[in-house]
Amino acid sequence: MDRRDFLLRKIVFALVTLAIVVTLNFFLFRVLPGDPIRAVIGRNIRISTETQAALRAQFGLDKPIFPDQFIDTLGQWARGNLGISWSLRQPVSDVLISKLGNTFLLLTLGQIFSIILGTALGLLAGWKRKTSVDVGALTFSLVAWAMPTFWLGIILLAAGSAWFGLPTGGIVSPENVGKPLYQVLPDLARHLVLPTLTLTILYLGEYMLIMRSSVLEVLSEDYILTAKAKGLSDWQVLRQHALKNAMLPLVTLIAINLGFTVSGAIYVETVFSYDGLGKLFQTALVKQDFPLLQGAFLLLAVTVIIANMIADILYLYLDPRVKTS
Amino acid sequence: MSRRWIILKRNLLNFWHAFRRNRMGLFGAFLVFSALFVAFFAPFLSPYQPNETIRDANGRGLTFAPPSVHPPLGTDDAGRDIWSQLVYGARISLAVGFLAGFIAMFIGSTLGILAGYFGSWIDNLLMRTTDILLVIPDLPLMLILVATLRRLELHISPIVILVLVIGLLYWTTTARLIRSQVLSLKERQFVARSRAIGAGYFHIIRKHIVPQILPLVVANTVLIISVAILIESGLAFLGLGDPTRPSWGTMLNFAFDRNAISNGAWWVYLPPGLAIVWVSLGCVLLGNVLEEMLNPRLTSHHLEGEALMVARRPIEPSTQEKP
Amino acid sequence: MQTPAGMPSPVSRLVGLAEPQQTPLLSVRHLSTDFVSLDKTKKGGEVAHALEDVSFDVYPHQTLGLVGESGCGKTTTLMSVMRLLPAAGRIIAGEVLLDGVDLLGLSEREMRRYRWKELAMIFQGAMNALNPVIPVGDQIREPILLHELMDRQDADRRVDELLDLVGIAKSRKNLYPHQYSGGMRQRAMIAMALACQPRLLFADEPTTALDVMIQAQVLDLLKHIQAELGLAIVLVTHDLGVIAEVCDSVVVMYGGVVAEYGPIDAVYNAPRHPYTQLLLEAFPDLNRPAETLASIPGTPPRLNDLPPGCRFGPRCPQCSEHCSQKKPELVEVTGTAIRQPSFLQHHWAACHLLAGVAGPAALKVSD
Repeated sequence: MDRRDFLLRKIVFALVTLAIVVTLNFFLFRVLPGDPIRAVIGRNIRISTETQAALRAQFGLDKPIFPDQFIDTLGQWARGNLGISWSLRQPVSDVLISKLGNTFLLLTLGQIFSIILGTALGLLAGWKRKTSVDVGALTFSLVAWAMPTFWLGIILLAAGSAWFGLPTGGIVSPENVGKPLYQVLPDLARHLVLPTLTLTILYLGEYMLIMRSSVLEVLSEDYILTAKAKGLSDWQVLRQHALKNAMLPLVTLIAINLGFTVSGAIYVETVFSYDGLGKLFQTALVKQDFPLLQGAFLLLAVTVIIANMIADILYLYLDPRVKTS
Repeated sequence: MSRRWIILKRNLLNFWHAFRRNRMGLFGAFLVFSALFVAFFAPFLSPYQPNETIRDANGRGLTFAPPSVHPPLGTDDAGRDIWSQLVYGARISLAVGFLAGFIAMFIGSTLGILAGYFGSWIDNLLMRTTDILLVIPDLPLMLILVATLRRLELHISPIVILVLVIGLLYWTTTARLIRSQVLSLKERQFVARSRAIGAGYFHIIRKHIVPQILPLVVANTVLIISVAILIESGLAFLGLGDPTRPSWGTMLNFAFDRNAISNGAWWVYLPPGLAIVWVSLGCVLLGNVLEEMLNPRLTSHHLEGEALMVARRPIEPSTQEKP
Repeated sequence: MQTPAGMPSPVSRLVGLAEPQQTPLLSVRHLSTDFVSLDKTKKGGEVAHALEDVSFDVYPHQTLGLVGESGCGKTTTLMSVMRLLPAAGRIIAGEVLLDGVDLLGLSEREMRRYRWKELAMIFQGAMNALNPVIPVGDQIREPILLHELMDRQDADRRVDELLDLVGIAKSRKNLYPHQYSGGMRQRAMIAMALACQPRLLFADEPTTALDVMIQAQVLDLLKHIQAELGLAIVLVTHDLGVIAEVCDSVVVMYGGVVAEYGPIDAVYNAPRHPYTQLLLEAFPDLNRPAETLASIPGTPPRLNDLPPGCRFGPRCPQCSEHCSQKKPELVEVTGTAIRQPSFLQHHWAACHLLAGVAGPAALKVSD
């Protein structure tokens, strides 16, 4: 099986997963008790039965659920119409887009730091196995893993605000709300410190562990012995032979992690009242705003699926061995 | 029959001796069993009821009282004893963790065995399904499912909903692990021999495969349980637990929503989190040690051990052995 | 040149002969290596005595064979000389002299300068010994640049020369190892080993993983490069036939010790150690196809549970009580010295029978 086949398989897989997500999303919505009309106009507005019937016809709700409503809804979603949020009285898509950037910023920062630190630490730990560096790194990762995400956030929040005067929440201070972000960068930076730190610590442990076990595996390979026999020093062996091979699984891990990063975002944004998609999701949950929940889930799932596919394709080009299955 | 029993006992004894030497494993076991102990004996260990408001001399609720001799961990925003909540909360957190863990283990093992043993389309189906489940972001999916289930007014306790949702989503790693084990076992001699004498697949699975994978299943289950406890705490923190039966996660939800942080009441949010770390760390240590013992990686890698390689002892004048 | 006790150097025997003798390129004396147990769950520390008192010489332009069953210490010997043992390995005694310098006394940094430049190695199983994500040409070039022998352009040209020498088309320089066939990979390894023009090449089972046709190719190639470049080669294998074809001298190892050592004709035609004798008997002979295949009953010793005396004792048909109590030393076998092209080599074996200690009336020890 050559590259084109591989590519095709990955794309098909992504499409199938998308299909499942979309279907799941649709049917969950329909399973809820209560009139779907309410989803469209909100819960507290009184309408007469004639208006209801008219609306029902207008939105095609008198047609059978499957396949007519299903196809209709898919079409709507494809056009970016994700319904109206009950609690915010705004189109869901508008709300989502407005928060997307914030979450993207936070997650990217957190991932970058945790990848760099985690990889470096993992390399060190694997190389110097069983020394204090390794033991320390392992202990740290273990404890970080065993901590609930949000609890770490709470602790950092309490400590950070009490001891370092860092802000207790929000994305910018109240007086800066509404201003374009590039104008209030220092304020933004101060607000980003704690949430980013939380995310970094969380994922650091995982990347470290994966990198470490990858390094251990690679360092046991015969070509490492060959390299050493050639007269390369330990560091040269690591850099020129081990690193490339050890980092390959990391690419896959980053892809897999995208899903979990999103979860982390939900918790961290909640704790720090950070105005992003995660906080939005939590608010929607609390207020039982189902259109918003559905829309957010769709957006998150689609993003992760596509990102995964891109990462898979990237791996294809990074590993010269991937030609056969 | 009794011979197999003797072999089993000997294996267990060997295992125990090896395990005893491993300090991390023992520490992990201690963490887990102490938590189980506390949960089990909760009523005897807590001076108050978890939802009982402690009152001071004037009959007012003793809110946000810091830890002192009594109560040892202070009180929360409603004057309730933290220690008692912690101890009763252990029951919920551990129950959800273990139950969900067992469900995930059961589903995962069964599917893993089926896929590994029968192969072909069953295997394909399983692999694709796990791939798909792994790609979809887990927390949003769980949140949607839980929210939907709760809204359906099915009159199920929120705790049960949590157990079901966690158990139904976290079987994938177990399934893959068991599957690959079964695949390698399938090629082994004793399976071929059994088939040659006409044993049916159920018999083979029950008698040969299951005992071999059991240790791995146990090790994996312990790890899954730690994951389940962490997830439950997260979902409870987001308000999806049962407020009348608070788990540690619910305690943290209260702490967050009711301003324990801004009031500087660290005794309200620190203990529940520490308890979660206590148990999940214990499970992870235990599970890792078990896994390590089953798949020991004792070989060194090529960049280890340079410093000690040349260790020549001074040569004695005579190397002849005296007759 | 040192003359350790118990092993007279060939020079001392040759008083009176007119021609000068060559000095050995590499002298291994009394090399002993242990493997300590890394497993902390086992009681105490188990030690495997992988090598004990191994001595031999490698002369320039010579091919020395190192032969024995799996696990007898052949590879461990090579690894000890190159100081590439795994973490559990400990060289507890001995000297390895290269041009008079004891390699075992060097620091790791100094040792690195010797690796590949003076002593190069071909590993078993070339697939895994080459880095899968680096093009083959780059891997061949790497040691040249590392040891600063040439600048990049010259190094590239040298890589082309080497590929020519081993018969690989230059166009394949930038391919990856998995794109080469098994035989090609082995040849690429040979090219890589020759990159810095070493004086001594260790070949660890170079033909084992290959089919017979490719085996022949590789052996021919080794013979060819030895003739052209004048290398000394130490060939490790368990295949007596390969040794017979390529080697000038042979060291027969058993259970971590040297059983017999000498010129190939001497050892093959007049083996003096019981193990060598049995080994040669077990080797199938096309001239006598009707005979049933002989084998040596028993199994090699466990290196952490060794008998106090001769390590071959338990399996030796001529073992006496003395044999099982006292370790035999490597002694010269009188009367079978042979003139190699440029040096005289004597024949040694480590067996009490040679010293005449076990008389005809000695007790047999049953297993």
